[in-house]
Amino acid sequence: MTYQAFLIKYSEIGVKGKNRYVFEDALVHQIKRALDRVEGNFTVKKQSGRVFIAVDGEYDFDETIDALQHVFGISAICPTVVVPDEGFDAMADAVIKYIDEEFEDKNFTFKVMGRRANKKYPMTSMEVASEIGARLLDAFPEMKVDVHHPDKMINVEVRENIAIYCTEIPGPHGMPVGTAGKAMLLLSGGIDSPVAGYMIAKRGVKLSATYFHAPPYTSEQAKQKVVDLAKLVAKYSGPIDLHIVNFTDIQLYIYQNCSHEELTIIMRRYMMRLAEHFAKENDCLGLVTGESIGQVASQTMQSLNCTNAVCTLPVYRPLIAFDKQDIIDISEKIDTYETSILPYEDCCTIFVAKHPVTKPKLEAIEKHEHNLDEKIDELMKEAIESVEVIRCR
Amino acid sequence: MIYFDNSATTRCSDEALNIMKEALQENFGNPSSLHNMGFRGKEYLKNTREIISGILKCQPKEIYFTSGGTEGNNLAIRGSAMAKKRLGNHIITTKIEHASVLNPVKALEKEGFDVTYLGTDEYGVIDLDELKNAIRPDTILVSIMMVNNEIGALQPIKEAGEIIKKANPEIIFHVDAIQAFGKMTIIPKKLNLDILTVSGHKIHGPKGSGFIYIKDKVRVVPMILGGGHENGMRSGTENVPAIAALGIAAKEAYDNLEANRAHLYEMRARLIEGVTSIEGVTVNGHHDENSAPQIVSVSIKGNRTRAQVILNALQDNYGIYVSAGSACSSNKPAISETLKSIGLEKDLLERTIRFSFCPENTMEEIETAIGALKELVPMMVL
Repeated sequence: MTYQAFLIKYSEIGVKGKNRYVFEDALVHQIKRALDRVEGNFTVKKQSGRVFIAVDGEYDFDETIDALQHVFGISAICPTVVVPDEGFDAMADAVIKYIDEEFEDKNFTFKVMGRRANKKYPMTSMEVASEIGARLLDAFPEMKVDVHHPDKMINVEVRENIAIYCTEIPGPHGMPVGTAGKAMLLLSGGIDSPVAGYMIAKRGVKLSATYFHAPPYTSEQAKQKVVDLAKLVAKYSGPIDLHIVNFTDIQLYIYQNCSHEELTIIMRRYMMRLAEHFAKENDCLGLVTGESIGQVASQTMQSLNCTNAVCTLPVYRPLIAFDKQDIIDISEKIDTYETSILPYEDCCTIFVAKHPVTKPKLEAIEKHEHNLDEKIDELMKEAIESVEVIRCR
Repeated sequence: MIYFDNSATTRCSDEALNIMKEALQENFGNPSSLHNMGFRGKEYLKNTREIISGILKCQPKEIYFTSGGTEGNNLAIRGSAMAKKRLGNHIITTKIEHASVLNPVKALEKEGFDVTYLGTDEYGVIDLDELKNAIRPDTILVSIMMVNNEIGALQPIKEAGEIIKKANPEIIFHVDAIQAFGKMTIIPKKLNLDILTVSGHKIHGPKGSGFIYIKDKVRVVPMILGGGHENGMRSGTENVPAIAALGIAAKEAYDNLEANRAHLYEMRARLIEGVTSIEGVTVNGHHDENSAPQIVSVSIKGNRTRAQVILNALQDNYGIYVSAGSACSSNKPAISETLKSIGLEKDLLERTIRFSFCPENTMEEIETAIGALKELVPMMVL
């Protein structure tokens, strides 16, 4: 069966009040952006509490669904048959034809749901539903009505045209990107940070990202891997400006002047400072990390307290209470896992002490950071000035 | 670019490439076809078979073309085990074999064969007494590599062959010569060996080419069945262009064997001398000519000297390509059995890189590599 239209259902937007149009417009915009990648002549428009996508001519159904499943805010995608309004008999025949083509085995229970956006239509929604139901029972005696728990819900909507749909393909839920603010994601090459970016974007947040590169210790391949990950997240979040910061000199300077047990914590404090700098420069309202309590030494509550202390912007940690396996499950679902596990060393794994502190004290760390006073400002300035920005889309 | 990863694969030689093109576009007939085009295709196979049998001083019919080293080793191990299984079920091999020998052997072990894995000394060389003691009345197959792919250790194949054949001439002696062919004179008859595996892309031939020598009258059960090509040993339309190119590459390797060996050993000696002068750097295996001429395994003690880090730093900053351990085994960082077998300390197992040369490399390139490590290592050690 070929569908000429898709009815898009959205979840939380429906409960919005006077600013509802903002969310709907953002959803329409994001759907248009996603469908740009798909070949076909699509028109997207708002239509009394729904978004309606019409397709003209040839298109690839699977690709279209895949693109729409990357648009946050969509709760369900309903492939829809549209017929012109040519009286009730024509409508009933269209529904019968649709059911006949869609379901080979007619041995199921159903309920017809009528909906009348065109209030001038001579029948009420209830009348449409019961009359269509009767016609279906006549046409297919195997079908049975069950108004409480039907196997299939057959929707018939009377608008300027008649829209008929039954299947609901789940969307990614969430809020359309662009309806919240923007946040700066600290993106490494690991499993967690792309998932964290995905989860924040799901709440409608636009993303920028920062990656710390440490040549010659980390390779071009490690950098390319992060670019690839940013592109995978961008399929959901829209374009990401990836800031690639050369961190080598800062890392070496910390290594030479601080105790190696505290290396990772101090290093991460500088990463947060740099990320916050770029965040503010890009009008971001917060930082996003993939941290999860206790996963590694730098993610104990004591360590998080120490790294958090250098930030003035809020730090969002969507994975904070997730187990590793749960994070892996999401990364597999969003297709970042295979890239994340490519074996390239990143700057955190290269400069790591054998026994890093797991319960650092903020006062001690702050005191020891004074060992860096001589040159650190200058090195930070150099790192900021030499940043490379890649737009990942 | 300085390419020091020739034990992973080599650049295809110009002549080899030319003949491939010719065999793909001009004389592209199927050797099994009865017309002239088929005949011309068959000529390529005949030529290569003659070149190789000339090099090995064996009969042309003892050469069977394969898709490369892995297929050859699989055929040798499984094919001879299947042929001999009624005489016994004991197999002897070494701990330091390539995965294309070890995994077929392990598969046979699961099927009920009994396997003895020989260890090595600190230079990666097997102990002949251990071999002698391992041979049992039910031993049917011994498989020993000629040159180890990770550290270049050269095994005493001739002596091993004598021991095996003296104990029981029925035992099949297989030698994986993938890293040895083209680097030294190999005459199967003199070495008492029954099966020899060679790959084309390690000697400037194309990927997907290789051959296996199986001594006349030695029975091996074929693995790939079909139209009976290669005397029934390996069915499937012959990869004519690759086989033609393999012949050219083999000829080129052996035409200049002595000069190439001298050049390779000179580069090897200089690299070893240069890198061992750097603090924390050691070279595994024999440093002298008791090792193969083209492989240098270098371990670097330090905090940030994991193979992958050094490899990337050499590549990104100096355009030097080396490999971490053995590149063949895949991109997953696995701990090398060879390095464990020579007793390398645990810390260094993942801190070892491999340089492997070809005759096209130059002494200047060696100096550049030494200079690069002299700059890099102190940075990485701290």
